[in-house]
Amino acid sequence: MGSITLQKVSKVFGEAKVIPSIDLEITDGEFVVFVGPSGCGKSTLLRLIAGLEDVSGGHILIDGKDVTQSAPAERGLAMVFQSYALYPHMSVRNNIAFPLKMAKMEKSAIDKKVTDAARVLNLTDYLERRPSQLSGGQRQRVAIGRAIVREPSAFLFDEPLSNLDAALRGTMRLEISDLHHQLKTTMVYVTHDQVEAMTMADKIVVLNRGNIEQVGSPLDLYRSPRNLFVAGFIGSPHMNFVDGAYAQSKNAKTAGIRPEHLNLSKDSGIWRGTVKVAEHLGADTFLHLDVEGIGQITARCDGEFGAYHGDTVYMTPDEAKLHRFDDKGLALKA
Amino acid sequence: MATQNTKTLARLMMAPSVLLLLIWMIVPLAMTLWFSFQNYNLLDPSNVSFTGLFNYEFFYTDPAFFQSIWNTLVIVGGVLLITVIGGIAIALLLDQPIFGQGIVRILIISPFFVMPPVAALVWKNMIMNPSYGVFADISRFFGLRPVDWFAQYPLFSIVVIVAWQWLPFATLILLTALQSLDGEQKEAAEMDGANFLNRFVYLVLPHLARSITVVILIQTIFLLGVYAEILVTTNGGPGYASTNLAFLIYRTALLGYDVGGASAGGIIAVVLANIVAFFLMRAVGKNLDR
Repeated sequence: MGSITLQKVSKVFGEAKVIPSIDLEITDGEFVVFVGPSGCGKSTLLRLIAGLEDVSGGHILIDGKDVTQSAPAERGLAMVFQSYALYPHMSVRNNIAFPLKMAKMEKSAIDKKVTDAARVLNLTDYLERRPSQLSGGQRQRVAIGRAIVREPSAFLFDEPLSNLDAALRGTMRLEISDLHHQLKTTMVYVTHDQVEAMTMADKIVVLNRGNIEQVGSPLDLYRSPRNLFVAGFIGSPHMNFVDGAYAQSKNAKTAGIRPEHLNLSKDSGIWRGTVKVAEHLGADTFLHLDVEGIGQITARCDGEFGAYHGDTVYMTPDEAKLHRFDDKGLALKA
Repeated sequence: MATQNTKTLARLMMAPSVLLLLIWMIVPLAMTLWFSFQNYNLLDPSNVSFTGLFNYEFFYTDPAFFQSIWNTLVIVGGVLLITVIGGIAIALLLDQPIFGQGIVRILIISPFFVMPPVAALVWKNMIMNPSYGVFADISRFFGLRPVDWFAQYPLFSIVVIVAWQWLPFATLILLTALQSLDGEQKEAAEMDGANFLNRFVYLVLPHLARSITVVILIQTIFLLGVYAEILVTTNGGPGYASTNLAFLIYRTALLGYDVGGASAGGIIAVVLANIVAFFLMRAVGKNLDR
């Protein structure tokens, strides 16, 4: 069991209100991702849940029990840190066994659990090594191993993949998702990388300046962002925002169109632009265009489209996929 | 330092300083060794002759010899015990965020800047003096008889004074080590259910191992030759109760005018220091390799 409820949780550091007031419901077994730009309070929120910071106001409930004043160890949560925070002078085996040893578990039971965890995480051959003798991905797995042997009611991940290189990050992303399917335990995951958020989450919580901008499944957020911030944050490359005459013709202050929802053509379309930079990724090409009367537009097209620096390209927004925002930046219903 | 060329050049550049250091060390050592085999007394400097191992026999049969070696080891061991344990404790306290942190740290470190004879004099006359010292005042306040520290517990008094001087050094080294402990590791241990004692034993102490080793090795070098504190306070007495090897050599050389005997004592001290170093490196040296 691992449901987490935040009721009007706030956090103040001196004069700075990092988190004004947050209400959030995380149900058992969910994979929830907190995502937002740096300084948005997502890590602070996670540390509040973990108990590593004291809340300035409000309540935190785990499985319906108020744990606002409980010590971190009493909350039954396990955390994986950005720097892995492995104990450098202990072997992998002792690192994983540490929380069990602290819980005064029997030696034979500890051995069995450590062996099981090592098998799940492919660490069996490395149990006698020190953390300094492991690669980044292996250290990450040891940190996860140390978390899973405790059988916590929920896992907390604080930007766990940001110290890994791109290829390894992709692999670890899969491994963590896979682990979630095996364990079916609640996971709360903090990241600034919207790709990690989109690929792993059951539910994404988009944070900005300590406030929740929107909560929803990845595709919900992608299809119907509630405001300009979420629209601009979710999706890669970012959504194009168009003000002025074109937006007014659609009865909106700002019109938003994703790069992949622009139909490109070399001879006709409603917008005419010049290619400034073409990023060829193989399957796709991202075109950064200067459009007359509109400004910078990013478009995504097929890798075989064949546009290069200086070429002229016409585009037509897909009306059905257009997002409209009012003057407060909130989305207008279609 | 990659190519053959730069390697040769580097060696050439280093040679003068290495040579100077070598001479600096070899000449006094060789002279001491030479004098230790000579019958050389300053009361009769014209009559210098070779005596073989007589000086060693003379020094070895001195009734103070074994006691002085024992005293040397007690001073080294006692001061190390107090400074390492006390240093860890004070470093842990100083690592907490407190008001006036900068001032407190300077105050804690200041004993290290007091010269040994001055420190010993202050302790002798203002703190441990049986009639007007602070300790005597405290004893009288509780209605007890003041303790005459240097007469009743001479060796212990020396240990206390020297420990007071070296505590800042240990504290400083251990504090910097504490500050380099990763905050996330502490938090991880907290999440893992480790209380303060567990965190200290499993996380802080292993992290400090290397620094503790450095403190022990450096202090031992200096503590083997404690001299000024003994000279100003007990003058080695009562009897030989607070005479260590360094002080015994001083007595032989400058009170007995026996250069040959003192040189023999010096060589014995060098041998003793090497024995201590050998056992120390075996005991704690492996911490330096990590």
